[in-house]
Amino acid sequence: MTDTTLARTGPDDRAAFRPATFADALRSEWTKLRSVRSTFWALTITVVLGVGLGAAISAAAAHGYAKSGAAGKLSWDPTALSLDGIGIATLAIAVLGVLFISSEYSSGMIRASLIAVPKRGRVLAAKSLVFAGVTFVVGEVISFTAFFVGQSLISGHAPHATLGDPGVARAVVGAGLALTALAVLSVAAGAVLRHPAAGIACMVAVLFVLPGIAQALPDSWRNPVTEYWPTQAGGQVATVHVAAHSLQPWPGFGVMCLFVAIVYAVAWTLLDRRDA
Amino acid sequence: MIEARGLAKRYGSTTAVDDLSFSIRPGLVTGFLGPNGAGKTTTMRMILGLDAPTLGSVTVDGRSYRDLPAPMREVGALLDAKALHGGRRAYDHLLCLAYSNGITRRRVDEVIRLVGLEDVARRRAKGFSLGMSQRLGIASALLGDPAVLIFDEPVNGLDPDGIHWVRTLMRTMAAEGRTVLVSSHLMSEMAVTADHLLVIGKGRLIADTSVDELVRSSSRQSVHVRSPQAAELAAGCRAAGATVDAGTDPDVIEITGLDSAEVGKLAAARGIVLFELVPVRASLEEAFMELTRDSVEYQAAGATR
Repeated sequence: MTDTTLARTGPDDRAAFRPATFADALRSEWTKLRSVRSTFWALTITVVLGVGLGAAISAAAAHGYAKSGAAGKLSWDPTALSLDGIGIATLAIAVLGVLFISSEYSSGMIRASLIAVPKRGRVLAAKSLVFAGVTFVVGEVISFTAFFVGQSLISGHAPHATLGDPGVARAVVGAGLALTALAVLSVAAGAVLRHPAAGIACMVAVLFVLPGIAQALPDSWRNPVTEYWPTQAGGQVATVHVAAHSLQPWPGFGVMCLFVAIVYAVAWTLLDRRDA
Repeated sequence: MIEARGLAKRYGSTTAVDDLSFSIRPGLVTGFLGPNGAGKTTTMRMILGLDAPTLGSVTVDGRSYRDLPAPMREVGALLDAKALHGGRRAYDHLLCLAYSNGITRRRVDEVIRLVGLEDVARRRAKGFSLGMSQRLGIASALLGDPAVLIFDEPVNGLDPDGIHWVRTLMRTMAAEGRTVLVSSHLMSEMAVTADHLLVIGKGRLIADTSVDELVRSSSRQSVHVRSPQAAELAAGCRAAGATVDAGTDPDVIEITGLDSAEVGKLAAARGIVLFELVPVRASLEEAFMELTRDSVEYQAAGATR
């Protein structure tokens, strides 16, 4: 594309226009994400709270370590303590992901977006990829920072973990990966439901309410549910000590990714078929 | 060139658009006219690939909108000026759209100047008046310097200055050889803007005609006459098969069914003195209302012309 095509020429020079590409759509979605104030603040607060909460939990647990019984010492998991603040990030990413697309529906911007990029699958893919990328960076920043801050608070008071310990590096990286999968899930859920409130309520239900309800089920029901519930299974990639009735880290993450893929496929199909 | 063939859209049992076929040609401003609820916006949404037609098809330069490789380069559209994220600066809003089609910042600056939003480009769009939003919407339509422009009620909310500006813009764009489709429910606006008219009512095409033709074909054409011998002339006209309406002024009559030349000859033949002989054309407004009388969606009870 040359500058001449941008000048206010008549409609005759049109042949020189190059087709719009997926990279153009990515750039557009990145601009959308960064040009709204709330994105920056929400992510900053997420990082601060995620790291701060992990630090507080780590410090409190470390000081209680000496007084804890044998069972407590046996199940001591310094990695999990320092990453506990990720729960806050989970909620923030879920809300931001839903809003990233559903706010376009509530404002009507989606029509301008789909007129600009009528290949709708491209819009969904670009949105998901941009938000997943941002979440991955933010998620890894939170998990590594929380890990190092947490371990430094624990060390001296109780046994602490290092990245060289078995499974620890994978768990710390995994915390960011689980958030990234969640990011795609949230964008897809927002595209399916289209209403911000409905999308956020649905994500809260999937993340917190339904797993909570499952706890009230009898064991024979509860165990397979907690084992395979996508968001729970996905969190396994961020754990060092695999609890009973839980999947191994990578298979667990695989279950989450499969679930994300299914919801994404539904979102893609609906976006393509529904009137906007 | 926009071409629709048998275009129809149904929502459940409601038919919004019914068997529309038309071609919108380049180089003209085509007014898309109809009462509220006639199906104008739905038709535009189908042209732009937002709604899928229930039946039929519509193409832009021979291709369905979704298949255009660089949509904003080919079609610029303004549907709903308020449909944007209020928390985003006007400049960023345009930038998001521009980037999606590989259009650079330079062109964004250019269209902002073109619509006169330089002073507020860095402000967030939620503080914009409807008029400013319309200008922003028009700016976004112009980003790709497209050959086809589609505007849905673009003068809504604009002050007289703004209305004049939009009108001039559309006329200029058409004069440059572009295809310009602009919807309105105001005939008076179309009368001064459009060259050609597509009139729809209840989703059906009522007229596909030039503005001049529409007025000419209107049955409401009459001749206004002032004469001291009005009564004698009236009798003569009635004898010639015309309808004559007398007003409060005994010297003034309105004759329907004869043209001014015929009335003049008739008067001369009888030696009748005429002070005024004026052919009265129905206004475009009246012609339009006559056309759409049977297809107004929401009619006030007892409202008659």
